[in-house]
Amino acid sequence: MATITLIDAIRMAMDEELARDERVFITGEDVGKRGGVFRATQGLYEKYGESRVIDSPLAELSIVAVGIGAAMAELRPICEIQFADYIHPAFNQIVNEAAKTYYRSNGEWRVPLTIRAPYGGGIGGGLYHSQSVESFFAHVPGLKVVIPSTPHDAKGLLKSAVRDPNPVLFFEPKKGYRAIKGEVPETDYTVPIGPARIAREGQDISVFAYGMMAHYAVMAAEKVAREDGIDAEVVDLRTLLPVDKQAILDSVKKTSKALVVYEDNLTMGYGAEVAAIIADEAFEFLDGPVKRLAGPDVPAMPFNHTMQEYFMVNPDKIAAAIRDLTAY
Amino acid sequence: MKTKVIMPKLGESVVEGTVNRWLKKQGDAVSEFEPLLEVSTDKVDTEVPAPASGVVLAIYIAEGQTVEAGSLLAVIGEAGESLLHDDPPATTALIATNGTTPSKSPVTGHVTPVVARMVAEHNLDLSQIQGTGRGGRVTKHDVEAFLKSDKTAPAAELAPWEQPGEGSLFKPTVEYTDSIAAKSPVGAHSPTGVSFGHRAPLQPTTAPAQQRLHPVEPIPQAAPGELVSLTPMRKFIAEHMVRSVETSPHVTTVFEIDMSAVVAHREANKTEFAKLGVNLTLTAYFVAASVSALRANPYLNAEWRSDGIFLHHAAHIGMAVAIEGGLIVPVIKNAQDLNLMGTARTVNDLALRAREKRLKADETQGGTFTITNHGVSGSLFATPIINQPQAGILGIGVMEKRVKVINDAIAIRPCIYTSLSFDHRIADGATGDGFMLTLKQTLENWA
Repeated sequence: MATITLIDAIRMAMDEELARDERVFITGEDVGKRGGVFRATQGLYEKYGESRVIDSPLAELSIVAVGIGAAMAELRPICEIQFADYIHPAFNQIVNEAAKTYYRSNGEWRVPLTIRAPYGGGIGGGLYHSQSVESFFAHVPGLKVVIPSTPHDAKGLLKSAVRDPNPVLFFEPKKGYRAIKGEVPETDYTVPIGPARIAREGQDISVFAYGMMAHYAVMAAEKVAREDGIDAEVVDLRTLLPVDKQAILDSVKKTSKALVVYEDNLTMGYGAEVAAIIADEAFEFLDGPVKRLAGPDVPAMPFNHTMQEYFMVNPDKIAAAIRDLTAY
Repeated sequence: MKTKVIMPKLGESVVEGTVNRWLKKQGDAVSEFEPLLEVSTDKVDTEVPAPASGVVLAIYIAEGQTVEAGSLLAVIGEAGESLLHDDPPATTALIATNGTTPSKSPVTGHVTPVVARMVAEHNLDLSQIQGTGRGGRVTKHDVEAFLKSDKTAPAAELAPWEQPGEGSLFKPTVEYTDSIAAKSPVGAHSPTGVSFGHRAPLQPTTAPAQQRLHPVEPIPQAAPGELVSLTPMRKFIAEHMVRSVETSPHVTTVFEIDMSAVVAHREANKTEFAKLGVNLTLTAYFVAASVSALRANPYLNAEWRSDGIFLHHAAHIGMAVAIEGGLIVPVIKNAQDLNLMGTARTVNDLALRAREKRLKADETQGGTFTITNHGVSGSLFATPIINQPQAGILGIGVMEKRVKVINDAIAIRPCIYTSLSFDHRIADGATGDGFMLTLKQTLENWA
C-alpha cells in the first residue's frame, strides 16, 4: 500500500474509473493536454485519449450543462470546475436542472453526474481562488455534497460519486492537495457516501469538521490532550448532504459538548445546520452551548497574507475554542 | 468573620445538653446576645444567646438532639460568607431546621439539560454536588464524579471542631431512656399497673448521667445496601435494552399453540436424530416454523431505515441463550437453507458454545429475527424487547398440558403461549398476527 498525496489519490480514482467503465469521461478547463492546473488529471489524456478527457471552453455553465446532458444520456461524466470560486455561472444548471431532474421526471430521468472542484483558502489565492461554496449546494435537495479530508477517503468517495446515480458535488480542500498524505490501497474500493468518520475518539467534547478543518481539528485535539488533558472527539463529516445525523447525535450524547468547525463564513455556513441539528435533537444531552468556529463574515478571503491568516481557522484557534467550551 | 455557637456547660456537673428549639433558622439575621436557641439539661432549661451579630450560616444540631457541652451547634457570619474555604463542600451543612439547604448555585445560577436530567434520574440534590464549571456551575463531570463517590462519608477536609460531637453523648436522649426502661420492670412506676412501654420512667437524675459516663456498646449502624459494580455484559445489555425501547414502539401479541403434533413428531424422530449426534429440541421446531412464518410475513424480517423499510431476503435467526451473568444471542445464519436436522444441529452447537463462551464474534452479528425461550424458567408469556435493529422478537413460554375444547369435547393438549413483540413502525397488528398465525399453523400441523 502506498502513501500518496490527496491529489494523487484523486487522480488514481479517476484513472481507475476511466479504465473500469467506458461511460466515464472527464471534462473541464485544462484537464486534457495540460493535465489540470493542479495536475489532477496528469497523464490521463495520454492514456485514454481526447474523447475521454475533454478540454472544455472557459465556460462553467457549459461544462456543467454538457455534463448534465451526457449524464441523462447514460454517460458518467466527471466535470471539473477549475476553482470552486468559478462554479457560480453553473449554479442555475446545478440547482435548476441537475438537482431537479429526477424529481421532476418522477424517477424516469437520472443525472449520474460528478462535479469536482478544489475549494478553500490558505494558499494566497485571494478572492477568486479561496472560496468555500458547499453551503449553497448542501441547501438543495436532489444533490449530494461530499468533502473528503484524507487521500484514502478521497479515492473511495470519488469512486462512489462517479458510480452514484445522483448528481454529486465533490469539493477537494486544495490546501491539502500536496500537504495531506496517507495510505491508499491500489485496489478498487469505495467509501460509501453518507457515513461520517470518527477521526479521533474522545470523551470530553465533540468537534465536528470536514476538509482541511478535520485535519486541523485532530491537530488541535492532540494539542489539548498533551497540554490540558482534554480528550476531544473529532468527527470528520465527509458527506455534507445527506448528513450523518446519527453519528453527530451519538457523539454529542457521549460527550455532551459540541463544537462545529468550518472554514467558510460563519453566518449560514454549513456548520450552522449541524449546530441546529444538535440543538434540536440532542438538547437533553448538552452540558454547554453548541459552539461554531468559522471564518469571519467578510466578503472574501483577503489576499494580504496576514489578513488571510486572520481569516483562516487554524489548529490554535480550534484548540482555544475546545478549551473554552470544555471549561464551561 | 465567622463565629461558632457552642453548647454551653450549664452547671458544674452538666456534661451535655439537648437542643429544644431553634429561635432562628438558617439564613436569619441575629444580633449579639439575642436569644438564638433553647436548650435543656438535667438541671435547667435555658436560652442560649447569640455570641455575635450576623447571619446564621449553618445549623448543625437539630431540635431534639443531645450533644456534649462544647459541641458545635451553629455558625454565625456575614451573609454569603462561605463556611470553610472559598469553595465550600456542600457536606458542611448537615441539617437545616426549616427543611431548606443552603443554595450552592453558581454565579451563573443555571443548570444544563444533561445535568438536570442526571439529577432527576438519580434523585440527587444538586446543592450537594460541588461545581467545577465556570462560575461554580455543576457540570456533567461533577455529577458523574458525585455518583461514583461515597456520598455518606463526611468531607475529609472538615476540621475536628467543625464536626458534631462524637461518642455516646451525641446520641439522642430517647435511646438512653429506652435502655433504662429495659432495665426496670415494665409498669413498676404505675400505680394502676398499666405498662408505660417506652416512656421514660421516673428515675433519679444522677443515675442516667453516671451510666452514660461508662462506655456503652455502640449501636450497630444498619447498612442500607451494597453496590454491585457493572460488568461489561450488564452495561451492554442495559444500553441495548434502553436504546431498543426508545427506538421501537413495542407491541406484543400472544397466541397459544397446541404442540401435540410437534411433541408427537419429536417422540417419533428423536432417536433417529440422536444416532446422527443431534439432540432434537423444541427450539429447532420453533426456528424452522419461524422461517416459514417470516417468508409469509416478510415485514417481520425487516429493518427500519431512514429512507425505507429494508426487507431481508435471508432469515438469520438469533437465539437468546441465558449464560452466567446475563444473556447472549448467537445467530443461526441462513436458517432458510436448513432442514429440521440441520436446524437442530446448529441450535445444539451454538447453545453449547454460547454457554462455554466459545462463540466467534461474527456469530452474534447479523441476525434478522430473534427467538427467546423464556418458558424454560416457567414463564407463561412475556413482552420481550426487540433486538435492534430487527423488526420483531418471538418469546416462547412454558409448555404445559391444558384443557382445550376441541370439536365440543374436552381434550388435554400440551400448549405453549408464544408472544411476539414487534416494531409498530414497521408492522401493524394484522402483520404481527399474520406471522403468529402462520407460526401456529406450521407447528400445529407438523408432520
